[in-house]
Amino acid sequence: MKSSVIIFPGSNCDRDMDVALKKFGFENQMVWHNDTNIPKSDLIVLPGGFSYGDYLRCGSIAGKSRIIKSVIDFANSGGLVLGICNGFQILTETGLLPGILQQNKYLNFICKNVFVKIKNKENKYFKNIKKEVLELHIAHNEGNYFCSNDELKSIEDNGQIAVTYCDDKGNDNENNNPNGAIQNIAGIFNKDKNILGMMPHPERMIDPFLSGEDGSLFFENLIGSM
Amino acid sequence: MSEVNEQIAIDHGLKKDEYKKICDLLKRTPNITELGVFSAMWNEHCSYKSSRRHLKKLHTKGNQVIQGPGENAGVVDIEDDDAIVFKIESHNHPSFIEPYQGAATGVGGIMRDVFTMGARPIANLNSIHFGSIDHEKTRNLLRGVVKGIGGYGNCIGVPTIAGQTCFDKSYNGNILVNAMTLGLVNKNKIFYSKAAGVDKPVIYVGSKTGRDGIHGASMASAIFDDKIEEKKPTVQVGDPFTEKLLLEACLELMAGKSIISIQDMGAAGLTSSSIEMASKGDLGIEIDLTKVPCREENMTPYEIMLSESQERMLIVLEAGKEDEAKKIFDKWNLDFAVIGKTTNSKNIELYFENKKVAEIPIDFLAENAPMYDRKWIKAKLPKENNFSKDDFKSLKLSDCLNKILTDPNIADKEWIWSQYDHTVMGDTIQKPGGNAGVVRVHGTNKAVAASVDSSATYCHAHPLTGGKQVVCESWRNMISVGAKPIAITNCLNFGNPEKEKNMGEFVECVQGITEASKYLNYPVVSGNVSFYNETKDKGIKPTPSIGGIGLLSDYKQMVTMELKNDGNYLLVIGKTEGHLDQSIFAKNILFNHNGPPPEINLFNEKQNGMSILNLKNKNLIETCHDVSLGGILTAISKMSIKGSKGVKLFTIEGLVNKFEYFFGEDQGRYIIEIKPENLENVEKILKKDSIHFDKLGIIESNQITYGSDLKISIDDIKEGYKNWLKEYMVN
Repeated sequence: MKSSVIIFPGSNCDRDMDVALKKFGFENQMVWHNDTNIPKSDLIVLPGGFSYGDYLRCGSIAGKSRIIKSVIDFANSGGLVLGICNGFQILTETGLLPGILQQNKYLNFICKNVFVKIKNKENKYFKNIKKEVLELHIAHNEGNYFCSNDELKSIEDNGQIAVTYCDDKGNDNENNNPNGAIQNIAGIFNKDKNILGMMPHPERMIDPFLSGEDGSLFFENLIGSM
Repeated sequence: MSEVNEQIAIDHGLKKDEYKKICDLLKRTPNITELGVFSAMWNEHCSYKSSRRHLKKLHTKGNQVIQGPGENAGVVDIEDDDAIVFKIESHNHPSFIEPYQGAATGVGGIMRDVFTMGARPIANLNSIHFGSIDHEKTRNLLRGVVKGIGGYGNCIGVPTIAGQTCFDKSYNGNILVNAMTLGLVNKNKIFYSKAAGVDKPVIYVGSKTGRDGIHGASMASAIFDDKIEEKKPTVQVGDPFTEKLLLEACLELMAGKSIISIQDMGAAGLTSSSIEMASKGDLGIEIDLTKVPCREENMTPYEIMLSESQERMLIVLEAGKEDEAKKIFDKWNLDFAVIGKTTNSKNIELYFENKKVAEIPIDFLAENAPMYDRKWIKAKLPKENNFSKDDFKSLKLSDCLNKILTDPNIADKEWIWSQYDHTVMGDTIQKPGGNAGVVRVHGTNKAVAASVDSSATYCHAHPLTGGKQVVCESWRNMISVGAKPIAITNCLNFGNPEKEKNMGEFVECVQGITEASKYLNYPVVSGNVSFYNETKDKGIKPTPSIGGIGLLSDYKQMVTMELKNDGNYLLVIGKTEGHLDQSIFAKNILFNHNGPPPEINLFNEKQNGMSILNLKNKNLIETCHDVSLGGILTAISKMSIKGSKGVKLFTIEGLVNKFEYFFGEDQGRYIIEIKPENLENVEKILKKDSIHFDKLGIIESNQITYGSDLKISIDDIKEGYKNWLKEYMVN
């Protein structure tokens, strides 16, 4: 399976994602933001970081960058596009995913392990993961997902909520919401479920010596289901 | 150009006789640009004029040292082709005036020092000191500094893996922000700042030059007064995004062979970077200031030379490689300008709009910079307190423990480090909140441990002992995670060196650091000095911060501090004499601030540490934590809270009373967890090596008990310990 990780100036999880994809068997290549073409890929990843500094609004400039048109075309033709953290922010800026990511409710950057509940397994990203709750890791200042009531109804009706913040038992209530996200949303799909944006970083959880190993389940399933 | 006179020189922070020396050296009056250059090079921050003669005594040699002090950062060998570049630096004065930008640019500056040498930064650390928790400024300063450190480091994508936070009223008017960075480099591809060869192009890369930070280094060499708010414009403004681009562009250029030397523009900007490169290469340098990329209009030569705009580098390239290099900087959208060349004149010559605007022999600025042998006084060892039985009569162990665990200097600091990205780069195997942070050397089985320590209370009570203690504490932190200690970097934060007492504190702390680092073979390879941490005649306590690093040849052998399994035994390595003077217990419970700090016995220190590493290598240790502030019971509580396990403490033997035993701060001690089946073997080894140890207790249930004297649940102590800082910050 071939994957491409897009590097924007200011991306800083590109290497981590490269390491993770290769560890689980992807043939990965790095693609520069100023390129216009993406080599033939089965998966495109927009990694975490601070694209173009994120001084304006997170992901807004990356959402207009030269490479992004190819990403949009790829996504619209049904290709798998995964956006992690800043990648999720970029996907909302392009309109590929609904809603926006606001500053965290308590106004601080948060770096810690969190639990997320898988809400929909009828997609390539979570299909064969046996667990219902994954322990992942967040590191962001703008992860507070928000959308209009109409959009929320629509993403709920279409099964577009991918993962929600919860406790180790899977209770996804306000007590387990680290950043104020509406309905504890940590990640969402597009309608067709080929695009996933999520704040938690599975690539930081791929080794028992790191923060945990549940990220391995994510990547193992992903390559297995392609 | 305005006429220079003695008053203008004094306004630049120069002393009368220094100005006279300038005129004598030049055999004329300097013009304003030249005066600016002299003031930037001759201030304390750049010239080390009060500290130089003492720093020479530091222990800086060792088998693993590739580069000691004097470069952008120190370099040590970590086997194979790998080396670690690391350094700590202060950004105290700017952080007090503008905490966010001051702290942010402190982080940016130290990272540049490291990647200038060709290393990719792999970990950041920091040591931050604030005033009393009751002081009106403390909360805002803490919040701003933490946000600034996070704002910069998080954006660059380098994990912040450890740190230290202290509160003490001596920092009310002068907070300390010390930032440390570790970078990984191939030891055959290290870049230095020494220029070589004549007629080589001098290249400016990075951000454009603005008017920010003019006289920053001079400000850092002066005491604060009532007009401190006026100094805000001298604080630099950070742009971590540009630094990230600069980092990637420099590393890309360094992969080739076109760089002769490279130096970041830190304190005193273009002035110090150009002069240092030329001075080290015994060359001259010619710069056309018209060619410097500026972001503001009508900047004068004086302003361009003294700006401390961030994210800039100066490079001496091989001639003919300009186009190749420019391509890389174009790709990363960074300014690239050929602004001058190296010469054989041994002068710095500055041109602006086709006119020569300054010419100064480089040795006047570097070697001939003033050096002072300041007067200092030796500190006396304070008389010991003799606490009597009555002092302890009405005390209960549980009350004392609760009070100590919620002391600002003991309580958990997660509120701080959860705002730092500590897991980016995917190699952090020990997070903040342990004995030391640990990161793997990417793609290998090795890992590097790092920590920062300071002990201002001990240094204040007796600088010589305090200086030794802080080195030992750093060494213990390395041992506690199972790493072999390699080397240290020091950030020496002191008051006004023109006062004999402060100067004495500096001299004796340096002496203490030297003695300990020599004995432990734990050399100093880099560092910086920050004097004049004084406001309206009130100086800080002497605060040397020591950043230590250690090596684990197999990261899977790393040791952590949380208690592991019921039924395992706890031993204390090292002798407990019950030294309470200068302890947290003495201050918080007995309200006594007198007496000497605990004594340092370097022989025992080394023996105890080596025996722990020996036991670890034999796989006999499950857990390790050094005993520091708050003594044994505080250490056990932290281990219990982290592991969610209780401990049944055995009855203590010997002459010390239970308060002295459990809260005394004797040095050179560790608590280790041993499986029952290994206990006999461990005791045998320790006895054979003549290491003093006490059997402390056994892990069981979820409470800490000591006979009928103490019964306290882990959940209870956890709440106060974990929540203190969070609650303080919202109130």
